[in-house]
Amino acid sequence: MSEFLNQFKQLTATGYLFWVLAILALLSAVWVVTARNPIHSVLALIATFFCLSGHYILLNAQFLAAVNIIVYAGAIMVLFLFTIMFLNLRREDEESKTNLTKMAAVVVGGLLMVMLITIFRAKSAQVPTFNPVSFDSRTGLVENLGSILYSDYILPFELASVLFLVAMVGAVMLGKREAGDRHF
Amino acid sequence: MQPTQNVLIPEVIQQIPLTYYIIISTALFVIGIIGVLTRRNAIIIFMSIELMLNAVNLLLIAFSSYRSDSSGQVFVFFIMAVAAAEVSVGLAIIVMIYRNTRSIDVGLLNKLKW
Amino acid sequence: MDLTVLLVKGLIILVIFGITLLIATYSTYAERKVAAFLQDRLGPNRAGPFGLLQPIADAGKMFFKEDFIPAQASKWLFILGPCLAMLTALMSSAVIPFGDSIRLAWDGTNYDIPMQAIEINIGVLYIFGVVSLGVYGIMVGGWASNNKFSLLGAIRAASQNISYEIALGLSLIAILMMTGSLSLRAIVNEQATFFEWNVFTQPLGFIIFLTCAFAECNRTPFDLPECETELVGGYHTEYSSMKLGFYLFAEYINMFVSSAFISSLYFGGYHYPFMNAVHDGLTGSLGEIAGHNIATAIGTVVFFAKIFFFIFFFMWVRWTIPRFRYDQLMNLGWKSLIPLSILNVVVTGAGLLYDIKYTTWLIVVVMVVLALTSNARAPKSQAAPQRA
Repeated sequence: MSEFLNQFKQLTATGYLFWVLAILALLSAVWVVTARNPIHSVLALIATFFCLSGHYILLNAQFLAAVNIIVYAGAIMVLFLFTIMFLNLRREDEESKTNLTKMAAVVVGGLLMVMLITIFRAKSAQVPTFNPVSFDSRTGLVENLGSILYSDYILPFELASVLFLVAMVGAVMLGKREAGDRHF
Repeated sequence: MQPTQNVLIPEVIQQIPLTYYIIISTALFVIGIIGVLTRRNAIIIFMSIELMLNAVNLLLIAFSSYRSDSSGQVFVFFIMAVAAAEVSVGLAIIVMIYRNTRSIDVGLLNKLKW
Repeated sequence: MDLTVLLVKGLIILVIFGITLLIATYSTYAERKVAAFLQDRLGPNRAGPFGLLQPIADAGKMFFKEDFIPAQASKWLFILGPCLAMLTALMSSAVIPFGDSIRLAWDGTNYDIPMQAIEINIGVLYIFGVVSLGVYGIMVGGWASNNKFSLLGAIRAASQNISYEIALGLSLIAILMMTGSLSLRAIVNEQATFFEWNVFTQPLGFIIFLTCAFAECNRTPFDLPECETELVGGYHTEYSSMKLGFYLFAEYINMFVSSAFISSLYFGGYHYPFMNAVHDGLTGSLGEIAGHNIATAIGTVVFFAKIFFFIFFFMWVRWTIPRFRYDQLMNLGWKSLIPLSILNVVVTGAGLLYDIKYTTWLIVVVMVVLALTSNARAPKSQAAPQRA
């Protein structure tokens, strides 16, 4: 523990920023799960995404930080907010599960977390660290990712476009009101 | 960890061991799982799944940055693409469910059993 | 030296912030004057000479009005809405290159400090991120008001912004393909010579971008979110006092920022014809440092002139063109602008393959021919039938 504290004292401003972002991300994630009002959940999830984008910037993955904001905060969460507003879910009419179920869920989650962390901390699974010699700080920049995306990963990239087409058709099909359906 | 003089290496990578990122993303993942297990609102369950996907994204980006391997970040890009497609279809399904049952409580969907 | 750079940067950020607010303030005045001019009225002329103190009087009125929060509203979100709107509006001006660079001499070396708050290599993506967040202020505020009209306005704004963002992004992709960079400064520097301004190489992209900018700013002819005849006041029906002021102010800041983007993406930013000759002449006659700084200042003035023209253009359009119907808006966005911008990307790509920059004129020519022929075939004296 004292070793940890010593390490904590040696951090620079960026290191503290890591801790602030990590704690904020976890707190807002908890808020997503516990909020009674779905709108508050959505806003908390947006906050989580912002903290994660901050982490990405700290890790010098600028492109994905921007894409995370654009795709998740800018498009996906707007869709969620949109759906919730359309369905007018502001009445907190969700009957909650029994306390027993909740306890069981938390216990299962806790066990899973302990298990995962134990696996990662096992001696045989040595967590690698960075290599100062071969470190490339340009890994997460647009030029680098773009050239890899369009050379090594060109097939998955093209398939993703097919996926989008299918998803678009599917969403339109599902959302389309047929004759005789009611207007919500 | 020995701080190196290489200024090109981001300070976080020099100061924070990769294990911390593993712990954070595991915690986010587990929070997502608890959300799926405890809530009955389909939209919040869906959001918990997004949270789990993002935990995985964080882990992939952390590993990819520490190891200077771009493949992890390309993977995250694809995860985001799949998540966007998944959300558009999933929310359409949720809206359909609401139209048919006037509720998005997943407990009411047990009719699917038979 | 680090400290000096930091100080100059901080100064630039503060100046940009101040200028943004000042321009937004005087845009309200300019809007009323332009409206008055277009409608053959006088406009505000009581407060101060030519009514120049009118914005200050308005702000004073806004501040002293009763700040009212409806009983059924969710209080924190009601306050958060305008804050988010203002925040996202102010954030986007950070990556605009306002001018070339300020040159400082220190210990015999010259330091060039770019006239830009932050220079990042993903400037365009940053703009997209901020633009896509702009919708939250409106949605949160509209939902929190707990009012049907506010909610409808918010939903309209959100769907409109999402729809037009796609065409906006696709029209920009053509520029990104030509520049090969996501940095706004690189895009501006690409347009150093007059006939390589993107408005000449990307005419269709420019028109699409301009239309989408109108829609993103919720300005007429796309101001359906706040359409008075249908929705009372749209998403800010329940707002009063400075919270309403924030929403209105955010709209003007958005207008300023999108004018700045249009001028730097399509009209060469701080470049103007014979810029190099002016720069060489000034450095020759006034010395390296003073000449460079004055040349930068001229570039910045030119840039602001372009911005002011586009702000005027926004107002001009507002007082000229009537509002669309909502289905017309959606049809225009999804069925015309998105396919056209995809076509634009494809044609630009084909042109780049053979190193021709002006291929998109082909689409423009074809479109004009099609428009002329279809107009010739349309029945003359009969109004177009309404949608069934």
